[in-house]
Amino acid sequence: MAIIKRITSSLAAWVAATPLLAWLLGALAAVLLEHGVGRPLADLLGLPKVPVLFGMVLALKSPGLILSAVAYGTIIYIVPIVLITRLGAGVLNQAAAGLLRLNLSASVVIHLCLLYAVLHLWSDISDYRVLTLKLTLIAVMLTLSLNVINGYMGEFSCSHPGFMALGAYVTSVFTVAFFVKDKLFGPPLLPPELGPYFFPVALVLGGLAAALGALLVAIPSFRTRGDYLAIISLAFMFIVKSAIENLEVVGGARGLRSQPDWANLPFVFLVTVLCVWVINNFVNSTMGKALNAVRDNEMAAEAMTVDTRRTKIVAFMFAGFWAGVAGGLFAHVLRYVNPATFGIQRLAEVLAMVYFGGLNSVYGSIVGAVSINLLGEALRPLELFKWIIIPLLLILVMIYRPTGLVSFKEFNVRRLVSPKTPPGGDR
Amino acid sequence: MTYFLQNLVNALQWGSFYALIALGYSMVYSILMLFNFAHGDIFMVGAYIGFGVASALVAFNSLGLVVLPGWLLLVLTILVSMLLTSFVGMLVERIGYRPLRDAPRASAAITGLMIGIILETGNLALLGAQRVRLPTMIQSVTYDLGGVFITNKKIMIVLVSLGLMLTLHQFVRRTKWGMAMRAMAYDYAVVPLMGVPLNKIAAMTFAIGSALAAAAGILYGVAYPVLDPYMGIVFGWKAFVAAILGGRGSIMGACLAGFLLGFIEIFVTMVFPSTLRDLIAYGIIMLILVFRPHGFFGEAYSARLRL
Repeated sequence: MAIIKRITSSLAAWVAATPLLAWLLGALAAVLLEHGVGRPLADLLGLPKVPVLFGMVLALKSPGLILSAVAYGTIIYIVPIVLITRLGAGVLNQAAAGLLRLNLSASVVIHLCLLYAVLHLWSDISDYRVLTLKLTLIAVMLTLSLNVINGYMGEFSCSHPGFMALGAYVTSVFTVAFFVKDKLFGPPLLPPELGPYFFPVALVLGGLAAALGALLVAIPSFRTRGDYLAIISLAFMFIVKSAIENLEVVGGARGLRSQPDWANLPFVFLVTVLCVWVINNFVNSTMGKALNAVRDNEMAAEAMTVDTRRTKIVAFMFAGFWAGVAGGLFAHVLRYVNPATFGIQRLAEVLAMVYFGGLNSVYGSIVGAVSINLLGEALRPLELFKWIIIPLLLILVMIYRPTGLVSFKEFNVRRLVSPKTPPGGDR
Repeated sequence: MTYFLQNLVNALQWGSFYALIALGYSMVYSILMLFNFAHGDIFMVGAYIGFGVASALVAFNSLGLVVLPGWLLLVLTILVSMLLTSFVGMLVERIGYRPLRDAPRASAAITGLMIGIILETGNLALLGAQRVRLPTMIQSVTYDLGGVFITNKKIMIVLVSLGLMLTLHQFVRRTKWGMAMRAMAYDYAVVPLMGVPLNKIAAMTFAIGSALAAAAGILYGVAYPVLDPYMGIVFGWKAFVAAILGGRGSIMGACLAGFLLGFIEIFVTMVFPSTLRDLIAYGIIMLILVFRPHGFFGEAYSARLRL
């Protein structure tokens, strides 16, 4: 027992002394290494191809290769990260401190560039990784925006798939009608070369459509709270789905296809970063604190001069907007949408990500979206049993941490990029 | 006119499924102030248990040792499945809800959702994706009442559901256990201090609700004999809507709203194309809730809502 305690405490000390910069550089070294020697190493270890998701899929499919997969993971990922974080911590702490002295935004931009480089190189290995990564980033946006309503404002909204559907369809109709030759809408109205420049416009339009839809839920929320509002939002979701199924103009239940391939990884990454930044600023603003006040006690908030109606409208429209943008990206990543995608199943998934990660927390949403998404992909070979393992996991989390893994934790960018001092050391 | 009456009969049958399921949601709500989101899937499990029991009974009957009449088989199936499904309900309460009794309500909602997914997937894993047919136990007889066709099954379904609702009403009004339930619904915090066992009452509520859902499942199987693992999703969510529409925790309201939902759906399909059914039905529900934010019999938002 004493040994375990010593190991964990030294691990904790190590993590506490390592700045984010070191982790990112370590990961960068790991993915560079994978780029260089991943292929030959996989051949050497007898793996059929480079393990796509850290060997989890492979280990489940053919258990005989578990050892090789573990060896691959250790050599490619763990060794470089450990080496760089261990040896470079001192230098990189100084570097991080220097960057921070220079300018906070410059430091953040450098960290983001590093993060993007890591993700880009990592996903470069296979198309499957690119797709998983894009969907994970979109899930982060969805989860964050739902957290604004369910976590920060404390309502139980079930309308998110509806907002997403509105965004997905409006964006798709815009891009398909204007820039693509399509059976449904005929030849493009504008030259397709201009298309990529208009894609952000299309996304904003989708987001605005979803925000308008959110008004339909926000206005009843003045008089209705709790379970009744949950039903109104649920009804809204079903109405949107059913309305799209009946709209033959956009393909009805068959769905809408041939969206242009503009949602590439850098774009999705940029939009996600923008989304995290804006939502984090929003929840830390006066308006964001008003959301918490409305959640904890609406009457007291009203007495303290919080305009509860305005707060609710803004929160719903804001969350709806980002859900719509996420929906638009989703449609362009898969390049096909149909109304059945935006049903109860999607709702259960988004809710699971929000409550798994943690309420009232930007960290939590990121953790929840990434872990549930990656877990879902990694357990894919188990087919049916995936849908027993993930719910069981979620039930356990709910029983032992009812508000989620990392709930009520502030997302502090400055602290994130600042250098770490070992515990006990002087600052 | 006959067309209207014919649809009225169909709506009564359709509404009785919703009403029976909505009762389960509503009862659990009145005691624990939580919605049991796994309830729709308990309805599905009940129907499948009914399928198992009915198949066993029909097989036993065909051995020829004792030949039971068809109606007796059906009654036995309903009773045995109600009993078995009530154990499923109690299990769900023990695993998913008791550990979370003091947690935020949304967390319990999530466990309920997840238990529902586990039940669906478990069923898929056990029985495969193909649909199963409930064996025929009673022969269909059609009566012609001046152009309105009524089958004996429809009469049976409506009568059995009304009977179950009345029994429940009497149970809640007249027995000691029913009184304990009403007391618990009145004050969740103090009544346990008076010596009323909260855990027992909660388990019993889940058991009764699940038994009613099982009855609904078998009656549904009698009317439409094809069962599939996802049948609980559609019915469950709609019955949940009915339970809220009736006013949370109100037994009478849940019954009425269940029937109302059945009527809305059947009459919408009478006038409009059936693809518009959900659109219009949910639109009407949204409008009702906008103008009556607490449902038909619900109380106004109060400090009792623990969030």
